[in-house]
Amino acid sequence: MEELNGKKLVIGVIGADVHAVGIRILDYAFRGAGFEVTNLGVMVSQEEFIGAAVETNADAIIVSSLYGHGELDCRGLREKCDEAGLTGILLYVGGNIVVGKQDFEDVEKRFRAMGFDRVFPPGTSPEEAIQMLNQDLEVE
Amino acid sequence: MRPVLLIDFGSTYTKATAVDLDQEVILGTSPAFTTSDSDIGEGLTHALDRLCEKTGVLDYTARLACSSAAGGLRMMVSGLVPELTAQAAKLAALGAGAKICRVFSHGLSRRDLEEIQADPPDIFLLTGGTDGGNRECIIGNAEKLATLTVRFPIILAGNRNAVDDCEDFLSEFPVTLCPNVMPHFGELDIEPVQREIRKLFLSRIVSARGLSKTQELLSGILMPTPSAILSAMVLLAGGTDREPGLGDLMAIDVGGATTDVYSIGWGEPDDINIILKGFEEPYAKRTVEGDIGVRYSAQGIVNETGLSQIACQAEVTEDQVQALLLELTCDKSLVARKCGDAIGRLDDALAAGAVDIATRRHAGTLSEVYTVTGVVPVQTGKNLRRIRRIILTGGPLIHADDPLAIARRALFSDSCPMSLRPLHAEILMDSQYILSAMGVLAEREPDVALRIMKKELVRLGECRATDGDRRVAGPNIK
Repeated sequence: MEELNGKKLVIGVIGADVHAVGIRILDYAFRGAGFEVTNLGVMVSQEEFIGAAVETNADAIIVSSLYGHGELDCRGLREKCDEAGLTGILLYVGGNIVVGKQDFEDVEKRFRAMGFDRVFPPGTSPEEAIQMLNQDLEVE
Repeated sequence: MRPVLLIDFGSTYTKATAVDLDQEVILGTSPAFTTSDSDIGEGLTHALDRLCEKTGVLDYTARLACSSAAGGLRMMVSGLVPELTAQAAKLAALGAGAKICRVFSHGLSRRDLEEIQADPPDIFLLTGGTDGGNRECIIGNAEKLATLTVRFPIILAGNRNAVDDCEDFLSEFPVTLCPNVMPHFGELDIEPVQREIRKLFLSRIVSARGLSKTQELLSGILMPTPSAILSAMVLLAGGTDREPGLGDLMAIDVGGATTDVYSIGWGEPDDINIILKGFEEPYAKRTVEGDIGVRYSAQGIVNETGLSQIACQAEVTEDQVQALLLELTCDKSLVARKCGDAIGRLDDALAAGAVDIATRRHAGTLSEVYTVTGVVPVQTGKNLRRIRRIILTGGPLIHADDPLAIARRALFSDSCPMSLRPLHAEILMDSQYILSAMGVLAEREPDVALRIMKKELVRLGECRATDGDRRVAGPNIK
């Protein structure tokens, strides 16, 4: 385990999604990269993401979704964050976040419009996400 | 013979219990009205006189007591997110036997502060933020509390990276520092806070309440009454090194103003495929329903159960129920004159409603979530389905016509199938009101207290949620 970099993440699989393996891999990878991780596991509601981020004073919320309903589940998360005082918190989303095979550029545009700072396509490696986090959170 | 005197200062009754440690028997019990308005010692003297009539003069080797007189241990708690640290703080205070007047979440408002100033608590539990997490909330609240002119003990049990700043603001208050009630997200650490509440109760509250006037009579008031009952239940469930316990159990205490439910057990899911949501619940959990009781809070039961159902159960008309409730509002000491009269039947219906509502609020729930991979069961709170023993205490249950029928309302029911209440259970009755006394005795003589409970709790029978009950006679558990 590397030294802690002082940045805190809240991660979880949103909605009624029970894919338990990927989030553990992310948990492991993020911790290895020096982040302090609060892993909410599977079937996480927007309210749980927000409650955890408020209490832990998180720097970013990382939303994972693999079952295709991500678009419905993620709607309104940014607005609820604003409401809860988490103004400007970094929001990431990744996985199989939409139904079927869609053009990813379109998908990314839609999720960005919903307030997500970064949107990751299927098959993204944890390293790519870590690199982006380091950049966005200005980890030295 | 080694007689010990155990006293429970209640808000209505002072109960004295004499126990012989050598024979491990109850020598006698006696209640008398509490006189907290004047001198609490007066009620005690009455209780002791009546006890003396039953047992003769005894040379007690120890006098121990618990108390919920003069309003009990009044606490306010504050946290950040209502479902997280504020809830953890609430669980901590309830488990320590406190009566919670207010739960604050997020920042305290001016109105909140006015309320605290007008009617300050015995203890304030200040929490918020996981360790290393949010600092602003708890520090902000400490700064605001510092502007008050009243003083009360504050237990500081929040984000460890914020407590120094809080302490600086609260330098004029008696502050006790404790580990965070939620050090990491979803993880509870409430026992240190509970120990501290107990210490403060002894060192400050007892003397402030005029309870210490009776001090020369007692070797010490040890704890608030609900905390004594909780200790008795933990002992009865877990046993000691030398004496086995009964295993996981529940206890229900229906009173005039509130209904308390206790559950001892981890309450884990029955099945590996059930997904557990929410944070871990305490092994020994106490909940208090302030709006559910058969006298002061009778309306709360009627509101939730429905007037027609209460009337149907009490075998009276709805108008009669309302008339009786009005009568009860005017005279709280009204009790059934003869077995089976209208007040008695209404009391039983209210007690049944209280048991139903309070256990539903206490127990966890199961829900089904439809996912692309099929239906997934999700559990929140404690799973009490496998609990096989329920202990009943409190006047309305002890004096009920058919306590077994009332106890059945604590079980699984078709009308509320997702509530994780027991499927079937053996029902035990605290017919001599000894639970709080045994909780106090457990401090000194846990083996004796456990054996006396096993002897004295009356076995009423086996209740089943589905088919009929099996009644048994005989007081012994084994």
